[in-house]
Amino acid sequence: MTEFFANVDWPEIVRATRDTLLMLGGSMALTVLFGIPLGVLLYLSGKGRLAANPVLNGLLSLIVNILRSVPFIILLIVMLPVTVILVGTSLGVAGAIPPLVVGAAPFYARLVETALREVDKGVVEATQAMGGSTFQIVTRALLPEAMPGIIAGATVTAIALVSYTAMAGVVGAGGLGDLAVRFGYQRFQTDVMVVTVVLLLVLVQILQMFGDALVARVSHR
Amino acid sequence: MIRLEGVTKRYRSAAGERVALDAVDLTVGQGQVFGVVGRSGAGKSTLIRTINRLETPNAGRVFVGDQEITALKPAELRAARRRIGMIFQHFNLLNAKTIEENVAFPLRLEGRPDAEVRARTAELLARLGLAEHAKKHPAQLSGGQKQRVGIARALACGPEVLLCDEATSALDPETTDEILSLLDELNRELGLTIVLITHQMEVVRRVCDRVAVLKDGRVVEEGATADVFLHPKSPVTKAMLAEGEGGETFDASLAPAGGRLARLTFRGPATYEPELSRVARSVGVDYSILSGRISRIRGEPYGQMVVAFTGGDAEAAVARLSERGVVVEAVS
Ligand SMILES: Nc1ncnc2c1ncn2[C@@H]1O[C@H](COP(=O)(O)OP(=O)(O)OP(=O)(O)O)[C@@H](O)[C@H]1O
Ligand SMILES: [Mg+2]
Repeated sequence: MTEFFANVDWPEIVRATRDTLLMLGGSMALTVLFGIPLGVLLYLSGKGRLAANPVLNGLLSLIVNILRSVPFIILLIVMLPVTVILVGTSLGVAGAIPPLVVGAAPFYARLVETALREVDKGVVEATQAMGGSTFQIVTRALLPEAMPGIIAGATVTAIALVSYTAMAGVVGAGGLGDLAVRFGYQRFQTDVMVVTVVLLLVLVQILQMFGDALVARVSHR
Repeated sequence: MIRLEGVTKRYRSAAGERVALDAVDLTVGQGQVFGVVGRSGAGKSTLIRTINRLETPNAGRVFVGDQEITALKPAELRAARRRIGMIFQHFNLLNAKTIEENVAFPLRLEGRPDAEVRARTAELLARLGLAEHAKKHPAQLSGGQKQRVGIARALACGPEVLLCDEATSALDPETTDEILSLLDELNRELGLTIVLITHQMEVVRRVCDRVAVLKDGRVVEEGATADVFLHPKSPVTKAMLAEGEGGETFDASLAPAGGRLARLTFRGPATYEPELSRVARSVGVDYSILSGRISRIRGEPYGQMVVAFTGGDAEAAVARLSERGVVVEAVS
């Protein structure tokens, strides 16, 4: 047993796990923070919606599509100067978070927009007929009604972020994915590879289960 | 209470422009139950939605109470909408909220104090027989129960007007009846003015004081329900009535030869009097009933039948019936 895991530096694994969780937690929180308002804006400015605005909608849509079409590894490098301005360094966990957010927030915003579109138009109308303002319609009717979709979208986004964090090793952010690449792949240390991949799998499983449980809790269809 | 003046609504689409409402004038009195009927696409939904400005007309003015709805600024409009309740064909309840929260929702939007919201919500749930469902979600209720929740929600802010957009069209006949009785009760007990749109003539017959018939965005006929139902003038009204009653059962070719045909309409308690046989006996004519119906329009009994007078002085019979308040019309 110990022989098989000869190359595994357990304290290193613990540190990497911590880094992955920090990157995931930090970037996910900010992704939700920016993604939901962006998704709401995309929805509201859409054709036939409460604040229909083709110009704003076209512009937001273009920005989102650009950010989503740039491969994450390129985004990571292109963002370097911006990251330095934002967090003072382009290295480590802190340096990885801005590109992770910029990569994930537009993706999440689209999922939020889709979830909002699935809310029955009648609900919006009824809230309007009750004298609700646009802000109230969004916060008290649309977002609560779309919550299952918004949470399911967050689950998908968090899992996508797990694989993004593996690439963040390029900026020295560390983490499990980085460990898998540097030791497992580049130095043929299969044991390190197995341990890190199993840990990532466990993380993804936990995220999915947790997300599904939350969705079930807020669904009342 | 509600007045529409020259209300016009046009929709532009790829296929060109469509006039959904064409200079509609309409007045609904305080405490009335007013029905708007018409075929699919006649503009009924558009019409009712201009009353709370869910649809803004291209021309014309809408008044509710002493306010010109079409002239209000956004904040004023939101305040005015709280005085106008609305219920919908598909209920439009919030699935994520409990029944209790749904009913409380308009009060919460208005920012009323928590204690008041709770008290008012409990009162409404009790009144509409929903107390036992307070903690459930809409998905757990039947259609009729959901519409009750819709009504409770619409009443929460104490409106003067209730707008019903096909409120019973998604319900089975029995539940429709139950919801109509409820609307009738609310109208009588709270003096609530109700505007109800429907394509079911039976709904109008049951609860409406007055009715307007809409065709291609125009009001083609308007009047007291009994007048419109018993003496319809426009072809659409006649056709819709005939369909609602399973078609005209009378067939002129089957009438006895040489008979004088007449459509007789009895209204009020006289409906149940042996008027026809008395008159026939006194002038010495025979009659055969070719078709007939005895029913009620908003609680008022009426009878309407087509008869053929034979073997005597038909003219005298007609004159005598008219004297006694029976409406006699020639049948072609
Ligand atoms: N948002 C819209 N955009 C374009 N055309 C519309 C719109 N809403 C309604 N119309 C058109 O306006 C006309 C009247 O529609 P409306 O919904 O008021 O009819 P209705 O009498 O309520 O019919 P139904 O019984 O089918 O509900 C229809 O021809 C419809 O196609
Ligand atoms: Mg309609």
